[in-house]
Amino acid sequence: MPVTGTGRISRIVRWIDYRLPFVATLEHELNEYPTPRNLNYWWNFGSLAGIMLVIMIVSGIVLAMHYTPESTMAFDSVERIMRDVNYGWLLRYIHMNGASMFFVIVYIHIFRGLYYGSYKYPRELLWMLGVVILLLMMATAFMGYVLVWGQMSYWGATVITNLFSAIPIFGQKIVTLLWGGFTVANPTLNRFFSLHYLLPFVIVAVVGLHLIALHQHGSNNPLGIDHKGPQDSIPFHPYYTIKDLFGLTVFLLIFSVVVFFYPNFLGDPQNYIPANPLQTPPDIVPEWYFLPFYAILRSMTFNALGIPSKLVGVLLMFSSILLLFVLPWLDTSRVRSATFRPIYKKIFWLLVIDVVALGIVGAHPPAGPIVIVGQIATFYYFFHFLILIPLIGKIERPRPLPTSIGAAVLGPGAAEAAGGE
Amino acid sequence: MVNRFLALMAAGALALIPGLAGPARADQCTEEVPLPHQQWSFEGPLGTYDEATLQRGFQVYKEVCSTCHELKHLAYRDLTEIGYSDDQVKGFAAQFQVTDGPNDQGQMFQRPARPSDSFVAPFPNDQAARVANNGALPPDMSLLVKARDGGPDYVYGIATGFKDAPASCKLGANMYWNEHFPGHQIAMPPPLTADGQVTYADGTKATINQMAADVTTFLAWASEPNLNERHRMGAKVILFLLVLAGLFYAAKRRIWAKIH
Repeated sequence: MPVTGTGRISRIVRWIDYRLPFVATLEHELNEYPTPRNLNYWWNFGSLAGIMLVIMIVSGIVLAMHYTPESTMAFDSVERIMRDVNYGWLLRYIHMNGASMFFVIVYIHIFRGLYYGSYKYPRELLWMLGVVILLLMMATAFMGYVLVWGQMSYWGATVITNLFSAIPIFGQKIVTLLWGGFTVANPTLNRFFSLHYLLPFVIVAVVGLHLIALHQHGSNNPLGIDHKGPQDSIPFHPYYTIKDLFGLTVFLLIFSVVVFFYPNFLGDPQNYIPANPLQTPPDIVPEWYFLPFYAILRSMTFNALGIPSKLVGVLLMFSSILLLFVLPWLDTSRVRSATFRPIYKKIFWLLVIDVVALGIVGAHPPAGPIVIVGQIATFYYFFHFLILIPLIGKIERPRPLPTSIGAAVLGPGAAEAAGGE
Repeated sequence: MVNRFLALMAAGALALIPGLAGPARADQCTEEVPLPHQQWSFEGPLGTYDEATLQRGFQVYKEVCSTCHELKHLAYRDLTEIGYSDDQVKGFAAQFQVTDGPNDQGQMFQRPARPSDSFVAPFPNDQAARVANNGALPPDMSLLVKARDGGPDYVYGIATGFKDAPASCKLGANMYWNEHFPGHQIAMPPPLTADGQVTYADGTKATINQMAADVTTFLAWASEPNLNERHRMGAKVILFLLVLAGLFYAAKRRIWAKIH
């Protein structure tokens, strides 16, 4: 809808839009953009993730003004931010717990996509771009954690960068390149700082592509059926702007409770001890959001097919995420939403339990029953995606789908009336 | 904290699997003794530091701990936050000498510390600290409460956990038995040895438990000096967001009423 009107502002807007369609694009993507009328609160997490990304970038930029990326000063500069910078403690607690919150949001967003089949035709690329964002987020979060230069930063960095040494032939060369030397030291800290500042902007770019792909076919919805006519959709604004604002406020409430009252609940006390290359902490544990992957990594306690266990573990860990790229083609069911898929609905919740179990395993030293539970859970993770998903699509009999979103939400008669508004 | 939470969940989950009961009992020389939980005024969302406790705790730190432990992330000026006047802080800082310079003759020189200086360390460097302590390095105390599992309970547990070693456990040379130290053998001699070791300015009876609780509170403040402000601001932010959430919810109901 072009801007009409004869006022001075309308004329300026028209002048700009004729050359750079800024207002027209906003109008098109927010006001005219048709959104399914039946989105539930699980659909809030996409916009929440976007807002969280902005919060992280803004707080991070200010922190970087006070932080010193040098191995003898990094830890002390963080403490200086906590004590002497005005509201430095607030910025730092927002940024450090923001990372955790970001992962909570994104994991819920991903599981929502899994439950409602949002990765299926025609949204495969949208989904794959999301997986790219997840990978970039993981790299960014890992490097950010290293910047604190506490004990867990240092030893976490040592363990994770050493994974690359499992790669045949080039492994050791890659590790040396990551470190900028022969051990985790000042050059490692410098390059991690540089990349930690860069990658969020790469994420912004991929989020842009993610949004373009989203707006191509519009949001999926809880029924998983296509948009069939005007009775099925409502404009994004004001309906979803207000719903997202309400969801955002609820999220900020939870975030504030963590930041103001329990800011160190999710952190490891060890990271308040400055990095000491001569003293390994009793347990090296990554942040909670990496625990399931850490459990998969450590599940390989034996060599497989002549490949060393370490390499197999690394390959399993990476493929546990890379697998998501091919999920749209592994799933043989054409029905999107689990609401109409009785068997898939059950295995979806089994997968949730499995990932939580992997997380618990990852938090504990690999000894005794923990090892076996970790191996079973790892096996089940791959079994879910590689065997169950293709198989169930073939054997399951989905429940009948409603004829349209409007019909399902408003009842068949009302749908006609709503279509006319 | 989160580890303990996960451990509980895992223990619960594992208990459901028959035949996978807990690990074999460790012997009494290495067995962990559970940390008793103490009541702290700064616990929970509305907790605050009590100024009188902080000042008593500072007195214990000054007269006992500071012989070996530094407090390097604190400056003397920070003491004004626990109720000392500028003059008191100036006087306290002036007892310590710091190296400054070079002056206009190109010489480094010693001068009394000022409120803007960081707490002066008891030893010139780590090596000197080790030599004076049978090879052990007394850790910096400015983040101690945040850097240990159990936080204040751990610090209090160590301060009060000195016991005679069980007859069957052999102590290393220059080591002491502490119930709450991991592995029980600690190089630090018992710091709080007798009631009345410190004569409190406010007349409080200085029992060992009192001194331990006071110094733990002081060290909690040292590691998290903004807690009072954080809790106050948090209460306001939560209140604001609750009202805002209510408004947005009402607006959402109203807007959506048109299409339901």
